[in-house]
Amino acid sequence: MSPATVTTARTGNGISPQLQFGETVTHIKRGQQGIVLDIKNLNLWYGAAQALHDVSLSVEQGMVTSLIGPSGCGKSTLLRCINRMNDLVDNLKITGAISLHGEDIYAKAADVIALRKRMGMVFQKPNPFPMSIFENVVYPLRIDGVRDKTVLQETCERALQGAALWNEVKDRLDQNALGMSGGQQQRLCIARAIAADPEVLLMDEPCSALDPIATAKVEELIHQLSGTYTIVIVTHNMQQAARVSDNTAFMYLGRLIEYGDTEVMFQSPLAERTQDYITGRFG
Amino acid sequence: MEMAATAPDSPLERAAARASNHRVTDLRARGEPFTWLLGGCLSLGVVMIIGFLLLVLWNGFLTFVPQKIAVVTSKDGKVIAGEAFRAERFRPAPDVLAALTPDERSAVAKGDGMIGRTLYRVANFDLYGEDFKWVIDPDVKSVEYPADMVIVERLEWGPFIGRVEAITLDGKAVEGNDLKAPAVVKAHEEARERWARMREIERDEIGALNHDLEVARLDVRRAELKYGADSPQQRAALTELDRVTKDMQSQFARLTAEVQALRSTSDKYSVTFADIGDREKVVPLANIVRAYRPNALTFGEQVGVYFSRWGEFLTAEPREANTEGGVMPAIFGTLAMTLLMVIVVAPFGVITALYLREYAKQGRLVSFVRISVNNLAGVPSIVYGVFGLGFFAYVVGGTIDSLFFPERLPNPTFGTGGLMWAAFTLALLTVPVVIVATEEALAAVPRSMREGSLACGASKWQTIRNIVLPRAMPGVMTGIILAMARGAGEVAPLMLVGVVKLAPGLPIDGIFPYVHLERSFMHLGFHIFDVGFQSRNSEAGKPMVFVTTVLLITLVAVMNAAAIVIRSRLKRRFAGSQF
Repeated sequence: MSPATVTTARTGNGISPQLQFGETVTHIKRGQQGIVLDIKNLNLWYGAAQALHDVSLSVEQGMVTSLIGPSGCGKSTLLRCINRMNDLVDNLKITGAISLHGEDIYAKAADVIALRKRMGMVFQKPNPFPMSIFENVVYPLRIDGVRDKTVLQETCERALQGAALWNEVKDRLDQNALGMSGGQQQRLCIARAIAADPEVLLMDEPCSALDPIATAKVEELIHQLSGTYTIVIVTHNMQQAARVSDNTAFMYLGRLIEYGDTEVMFQSPLAERTQDYITGRFG
Repeated sequence: MEMAATAPDSPLERAAARASNHRVTDLRARGEPFTWLLGGCLSLGVVMIIGFLLLVLWNGFLTFVPQKIAVVTSKDGKVIAGEAFRAERFRPAPDVLAALTPDERSAVAKGDGMIGRTLYRVANFDLYGEDFKWVIDPDVKSVEYPADMVIVERLEWGPFIGRVEAITLDGKAVEGNDLKAPAVVKAHEEARERWARMREIERDEIGALNHDLEVARLDVRRAELKYGADSPQQRAALTELDRVTKDMQSQFARLTAEVQALRSTSDKYSVTFADIGDREKVVPLANIVRAYRPNALTFGEQVGVYFSRWGEFLTAEPREANTEGGVMPAIFGTLAMTLLMVIVVAPFGVITALYLREYAKQGRLVSFVRISVNNLAGVPSIVYGVFGLGFFAYVVGGTIDSLFFPERLPNPTFGTGGLMWAAFTLALLTVPVVIVATEEALAAVPRSMREGSLACGASKWQTIRNIVLPRAMPGVMTGIILAMARGAGEVAPLMLVGVVKLAPGLPIDGIFPYVHLERSFMHLGFHIFDVGFQSRNSEAGKPMVFVTTVLLITLVAVMNAAAIVIRSRLKRRFAGSQF
């Protein structure tokens, strides 16, 4: 069942046409700090339909990893497996393992809530809560029962500055967050995600609902956050993946086709399908 | 096909050909008749609602306008005095026709065979034994409106229509027979104060004494039940009862003496009236609520009488089998019952809906429960009344009584209909509305919001409490508004679980525990039924039916408006939302 994983040297410069469908080419850039997330042989079924086939990949700490691929290839599903957001879906079946710093998050004894507290997530559509900007940012602390005003205010400022939003909203923290523009709302969601200092930041097409200027701001932000946080980002936009990420994973029809250094992926991918996709031949 | 045959060359030509090639869109396809049908249905509904409201409001607001008193002289010399109540045309019986002169008969025969008649409210029930008299038009010789006719609203026997014969103040006759003379007005005010004081003593103060006595007596009974007859505790309680009884007797004597003194003073003030047939009637000044000359009122005085009657209606207790006086206890009962119902139904419905929508595993069982809940809304309300009486009053209330009030048995405390059981019964009746509305509101909360909260590490309950519930609140409020409107207008089940014809005491008073939820209460809806269909003289009660309806509609509208204001405040928080 386990497919052959072909690990090629980083400097690999040609397409390997002999690859079987389902085999993964891996040539990732390694970080200094080791692996944060390790996904092994993950299979996932929505009812009878299999959405992920034997996906294995590891995420390097402090790096930006992007997941690309055509619509319906399973990249969002994979992302949502990482913080067990898929638990909400009925009729879901998962095999394989995901470990965060070596702990299996799908173990029976795993505490989903504690797990999610270690990860932040930013969604496709900005989803601020119908509360003030301040309350939105400190929401993760509120649910942990933090009442200390100084702590809350400091966290709020730090998170908003981290999300490059502080200067725009510092005078109207008590206003309803729903009155902000879409780009601001998305950065607010990023601020909310980093307020509780997560180990991993998961982003599910964070810019797809934003205009180009807001997109540029969020991308700039991702740049700033990389190094401090480990980021996994799903994107539809290949230029974006090329701009922001260190490693890129290309998925197709629920399979991980190629996972490697972003530069190599976009200049001389090793798998034919990757080549086809990034040159726009399909997808 | 034709187009293909001619096959024009350029796209422009093709388009021109398409435009000239008539494609018919007939009336049906345009949906015009349906638009008319839909609009027609809506207008029909609106017209019916507006018509109903106009009828109720018109009658309701005209009820308290002072009416002129007509003195009608018949051809046979009989004279009656009264307010023209309503007029109609009817087909006369042969004996009525026989009594007419030949000229009149032929006039009737030439017409449509109908005769007009007018119903006069002649009042003076104590003298005539009836409140109303029909007068057929051919009998009328003359109708006059003498300025000295007086209508007296009094505490007993309904209104009196006649003339003032004599006024006695402090045992002495007063010159002038003028009810508006300052001395008479002042004496009237004092007499009304004395009457109010007597009532206060008789009802509240003696009531409080009786309550103390009852408490002492119940203490004895409790001691007897707990420690057995002739136990030291029971004997102690008996001693206490003796002391309370003696104490009470002295106070009772003092209060009775005060009432006697007030009464003998009051007896010296009276007004003698004479009806149109010169039969005299002495009315104590204290029993007169209001007396005026409707035929001689200026516009200002008419307005004064109008608002004074409204004031009495809103603030006073009912009298004369509810057909006169006010509806204060009914207003209070309706409000208290509805609010209590909301307090019960809102958490109950919301919690149920939360479990059904958020926690229960969606499957056949939940679908079945959901269908059952919806069907509950279709059960006749009287069935809820029976259930409320059987379950709440007899089972739950009976259990409470035997556990906490054994000394009062066999008299029930909670084991009978009351404010609380009525509110519970109506809560049960309206809970499906709240459940359905809440479920829909919960389902409408965007998934992205829940996910956002869960992704922050919130537990399911934290997500529901912090995000889902606040967001669903406007929808929940809609359910509560609907439930309130339904509950406030419901009468049938209440007749079984606590509403009574007359309960002048409010369920709130100065005796611990101050709010008495076990007490019976009055309700505007039941009041309408009672006044309109159960009173001695339904004709006299008819105007009250309209006024009470106006009041009930206003009350429901005000409560709904309050809820809608709250809801729109909640909604404003989500304005600008992108979802």
